[in-house]
Amino acid sequence: MNTLTDAWTWLTTSAHWHGQDGIWTRLGQHLYLTVVCLLISCVIALPVALFLGHIGRGGALAVNISNVGRAVPTFAVLVLLLLTPVGRWGEGPTIVALVLFAVPPLLTNAYVGMREVDQDVVRAARGMGMTGPQLLLRVEVPLALPLILTGVRIAAVQLVATATIAALAGGGGLGRIITAGFNLASTAQVVAGAVLVAAFALIVEGLFEAAQRLAPSRLGLRAGDTA
Amino acid sequence: MTAPPDDCLARNEWVCGAYLSSRRHILWDAALQHVQLTAVSVLIGLVLALPLALAARRWHWAAGPVLGVTTILYTIPSLAMFSLLLPVYGLSASLVVAGLVLYSLTLLVRNILAGLRAVPEETRQAARGMGYGPVRLLVAVELPLALPAAMAGLRIATVSAVSLVTIGAIVGYGGLGNLIYAGMNTYFKAQVLTASVLCVLIAVAADLLLLLLQRLLTPWTRSRS
Repeated sequence: MNTLTDAWTWLTTSAHWHGQDGIWTRLGQHLYLTVVCLLISCVIALPVALFLGHIGRGGALAVNISNVGRAVPTFAVLVLLLLTPVGRWGEGPTIVALVLFAVPPLLTNAYVGMREVDQDVVRAARGMGMTGPQLLLRVEVPLALPLILTGVRIAAVQLVATATIAALAGGGGLGRIITAGFNLASTAQVVAGAVLVAAFALIVEGLFEAAQRLAPSRLGLRAGDTA
Repeated sequence: MTAPPDDCLARNEWVCGAYLSSRRHILWDAALQHVQLTAVSVLIGLVLALPLALAARRWHWAAGPVLGVTTILYTIPSLAMFSLLLPVYGLSASLVVAGLVLYSLTLLVRNILAGLRAVPEETRQAARGMGYGPVRLLVAVELPLALPAAMAGLRIATVSAVSLVTIGAIVGYGGLGNLIYAGMNTYFKAQVLTASVLCVLIAVAADLLLLLLQRLLTPWTRSRS
């Protein structure tokens, strides 16, 4: 129990929140890495997944890439990138590794979502004379949206976790509080950092879950339409 | 005076045969620790997940909390999870095992529960009609039918655990992760690449072994495909 009070004391010490290595700086870095990499990953993965889902090809690739992503250790990729020329480019290894691990869940979920759209609805839309792009944007994407958003949520949580591990390989973010705590042999700081990281991850997960519940109603779809 | 050696180790190349032969024992020990940490964690996870899944199915009020708590545990990033366990376990292998057990629980409980829930009610009634008691029904009918779903969860949990063991390097018990961590600090390219490739090979081998085990345990599913 003593460690918990020590961690609490560490967290409530105002000096730990400010300055170059302060919590606010690390939180900002973590948020920045997560948001920027999520945007890059979406720009890379979603068009590919929507296109493959629309033409109905490349399913094996889109589904298996998630299994491959699970077998490759994040830490190994981070260190490998650090030792390549990318490593000399500041946060380069972190950003590349984060994107690499966020793309698979986005790709798999968006592709599966597109393929699970009721084919009768697709045929009806074609029969009404919809063109390919119209069909994609007005029928398939809205119906696939729940699973596309699930992919975005999984990718976001994955990004928060990977950004934490990046601290082991010299990257910024909240993980640095933990690694610094280990270097100082300060259990209080390690636990305080871990609490911050866990809270950050749970908040991200919670925000996306709320967004997922609100999204269909914002698009004017009733619950029955997506089921 | 001798000239400095000019081999792949001295040139710090990514792929290096001299590294493989001279550090064979270090690699073997690290790989062994990696496999041990993974196997122990997944086995403990399995032993804990089965009663949790059964409880969640038996009592409806238990399903929500069990699934909710395991999902929250799964959301916590691995480095934070190991760090949160530090006051309890200190710098030990138990810390890594405990963290990995908590992660595998989510995947295993979910999949075992899904498998049990997918057992058709008619099958259950037929077994009861034949005079099967609750224990025999579970062991002889429900668990075998839930096996494919449970094995799918076990495979994902094992592959994830192999990958997550590397993070254990932060407390010095990361199997091959220790070599990656040490290699990073000394810019030792051959060590980082070799250990990384071995990690992936262990994950693939474990996945294939479990797939083989699943085929052996469920011979009735083979004729269907």
